[in-house]
Amino acid sequence: MTSSLVDGNSILAVDVGAANTRAVLFDVVEGEYRFVASGVAPSTAEAPFKDVSEGVRSAIANLQAILGRALLDASRDLITPSQPNGSGVDGLVVTISAGPAIKVALVGLLQDVSLESARKLAQSTYARIVETIGLSDRRKPEQKIDALLRTQPDLILITGGTDGGAERSIHKLLEPIGLASFILPEEKVPAVLFAGNEKITEEIKTLVGSFAPAMHVSPNVRPSLETEDLEPAQRELARMVINIRKQQIKGVDLLDAWSGGFLLPTAYATGRMVRFLAQVYSAEKGILSVDLGASAAMISVGFKSKFTLHVYPQFGLGDNQPGLLNYTPLADILRWSSLDISEGVLRDYLYQKSLYPSSIAATKEDLALSQVVARQALYLAMQSARRDFPRNLTRIKPGLTPLFDPILAGGGILSDASHPGQSLMLLLDSLQPVGITTVILDQNNLLPLLGAAAAQNNILPIQVIESGAFLSVGTVVVPVVSANYGTPILRATLTYQNGAEARVDLKYGSLETLPLSSGETGKLNIECLRGADVGFGAGRGGSISVTGGALGVVFDGRGRPLDLPSDPVRRRELIKKWNWTLGGE
Amino acid sequence: MQAPVHHIIGLTSIVRERLLPISGTVLVRLNQKVNPNDIIAEANWSREHVLLNVAHMLGVNPSIADRLIKCKVDDRLVAKTEIAVGLGLFAHSVVAPQDGRVALVGGGQVLMEVGNSKFELRAGIPGTVIHIIENRGVVIQTNGSLVQGVWGNGRIDSGLLVNLTEQPDSVLSAGRLDVSMRGSIVLGGIVKDAETLKAAADLPVRGLILSSLYPSLIPQAREMRYPIIVTDGFGPLPMNSAAYKLLSTNIKRDVTLNAGVYDRYSGVRPEVIIPLPVADAPALQESQEFLPGLQVRMRRPPAMGMIGSIVVLKPGLSTLLSGLRAPAAEVKLENGETVIAPLVNLEVVG
Repeated sequence: MTSSLVDGNSILAVDVGAANTRAVLFDVVEGEYRFVASGVAPSTAEAPFKDVSEGVRSAIANLQAILGRALLDASRDLITPSQPNGSGVDGLVVTISAGPAIKVALVGLLQDVSLESARKLAQSTYARIVETIGLSDRRKPEQKIDALLRTQPDLILITGGTDGGAERSIHKLLEPIGLASFILPEEKVPAVLFAGNEKITEEIKTLVGSFAPAMHVSPNVRPSLETEDLEPAQRELARMVINIRKQQIKGVDLLDAWSGGFLLPTAYATGRMVRFLAQVYSAEKGILSVDLGASAAMISVGFKSKFTLHVYPQFGLGDNQPGLLNYTPLADILRWSSLDISEGVLRDYLYQKSLYPSSIAATKEDLALSQVVARQALYLAMQSARRDFPRNLTRIKPGLTPLFDPILAGGGILSDASHPGQSLMLLLDSLQPVGITTVILDQNNLLPLLGAAAAQNNILPIQVIESGAFLSVGTVVVPVVSANYGTPILRATLTYQNGAEARVDLKYGSLETLPLSSGETGKLNIECLRGADVGFGAGRGGSISVTGGALGVVFDGRGRPLDLPSDPVRRRELIKKWNWTLGGE
Repeated sequence: MQAPVHHIIGLTSIVRERLLPISGTVLVRLNQKVNPNDIIAEANWSREHVLLNVAHMLGVNPSIADRLIKCKVDDRLVAKTEIAVGLGLFAHSVVAPQDGRVALVGGGQVLMEVGNSKFELRAGIPGTVIHIIENRGVVIQTNGSLVQGVWGNGRIDSGLLVNLTEQPDSVLSAGRLDVSMRGSIVLGGIVKDAETLKAAADLPVRGLILSSLYPSLIPQAREMRYPIIVTDGFGPLPMNSAAYKLLSTNIKRDVTLNAGVYDRYSGVRPEVIIPLPVADAPALQESQEFLPGLQVRMRRPPAMGMIGSIVVLKPGLSTLLSGLRAPAAEVKLENGETVIAPLVNLEVVG
């Protein structure tokens, strides 16, 4: 039996981001859980406050001002449970993405097997891989020791050995780690997660536990050569990340206590929701969730029982923006710009923005720059994440983005955009979806909070999602086709509920829209020309029901992969035209 | 809403905690006067090691090797010191390959720390030690002027301040540096080329205070042996008027540059400190509420870097020129213009 509605408990959910802290109230309205309101305040993990609880209290104070209902008492502590006078809440869940990237060292046997699983595991949280030690590592033991002393990882992930497999090789790999940990000052000894050969778990616990007090064990991520199971290790890793944050940032321990242990890394909580949605809703296509925030870019995919989660601090829009240039040339960022901006101006922008990561674009030019940087950051994150997507996802053509429906998007740059068209253009450019999909904007950044709340109340997330707390941007139709610019590639007729019809002739290289308001449905009849494929097969048309959104039905005929003109003047003109079509500038 | 405070202040009591990254020895006493370059604490921590597998080298098992090893943890060995001698008539011996300290012995192996292992912590500011943090560091206090920067190259030094700028957006070039500036701290404006940084190193100067630095020069600036502090940012940015006024009116004074690498979590910032011989000074305020009348600096366009004062805090959310909506204030800039700026783009100057 589910918990939840029987009790009608109100839940306060707080997300502590790198830039902002959001406090959100979920409560029962007319018999169902609803997103009621949210309060926002700047995060306070950094100096001069150095205490995240300050920002949390401020966000809750802003929320209670909106609600007209007390949530904090006179000493600014949370009132819990809710009182007969309406003050307080019954439960608190917290997610956190604030904090520096966690430095991780990977230890495993084979590069393509256990170390690959270790990499995926590390990339499922806010981690920066600083060292990798494997069997093929030809360095002397002392060189490995010195590498660990130099990089000072916060966390060591040890994988390797199928269950009942290699033992001696793992012992050999552990020697430099043990010696390095012995030399390190006590406060710098890294936490260790062992997710390898389960047969030697007890032995490893004794051995590693002697030098690493924060030793955790999870089921093997690679129980056999053919099987990879990251989920149990991800859960353990999430808990370890919170423990590391408790040591790094004041106030995290208080939030953990307030929430009764319901404190999760934001990415893990988002992943939990994506996994849940995939199990409930995913049929023929996968579910894609993206989040672009100050601390990281996050890409999560769910498809039936398969799930991937990738967190890229290097592609976050906060203080690490100059680091983007380690992955991409300036020209590749500027290709997205509708304005004539020099590489020097962009470079200065990236460095200057890194000084003030929580600042926002106040002018049109500044917004244009922030949007092009965001496009390239999300594009790079998507390109990196793609190689680990579930293999059984349906694809129209190898090398292109698999079929997803829906695409859920969140994070400040997307949710705070001045027009949904801006957000949609950013998503179409960076993710390059194909076929027919619904794009949903998590304008209140609720997804991770629902993931965290699900542990307390499993009906709340479903009811909140179905209550319209997310903004449907619209249905997007993207044909895959090779054609010359201006060639007709698709004809579509949208039949509204009242019987009225609207038609579109899509030409290669263009964007078109048909209006269909949020909450409305319609019948979309698609005729594919010149072998165009929207998921029905090359050249095949079809008829589907579509739901409306802020932009109705959007047809993207710009080709996949998106091939922008090399002539900068023509490219900028086209981008302006596309932006204009979607209601942006 | 709480506002971040960027310190540009003529007279204040500056209190700075100086800590070793690991436990070590504090070398100064309570109430001791210190200079910026004084070493106030040190720690031993080598990051270079040699692992000698004695058992393997002598061809014996580890337990036997442990009995043959002559050194113990913390022994300081000079190169070629015998560590172990094997068994038999023509026994091999194992010697220390270089000078070092024995860090670990066991399992038939010896781990030696080699290379320079001393970490020295400098005072960073001139002043008086007002608190000792056992095994970790000290708290130092001084009275004087303080100008915080946004970027520093991690070096510390002090000297007489020399002004090579005519105005806040002056450009410093190599040709403007001459031998008369040797040993000085140079107030320099914008630096656009590596030659200027090198010319300053060749003199050498004791430090550079710049309004801005081209991002491509950051690697070279990090390599310089003298401190570099950037007050406003990257690209061709003029110095904000508050910092320029304060610095350019303190020429020929002894100033200290602690070009600490900005760390947003610890709060360490690069700082220019001008000690003043006064008995009392008001304490620094690290944060405060946004209020009308407060002096602020614009952190993003429009008018990036300009100083102004808050006229009024706008109620609710304001729509900005970009179309974004955010809590904002009306700010009267020093040039008389009034702009609407989101609060997150403002920092209080004081």
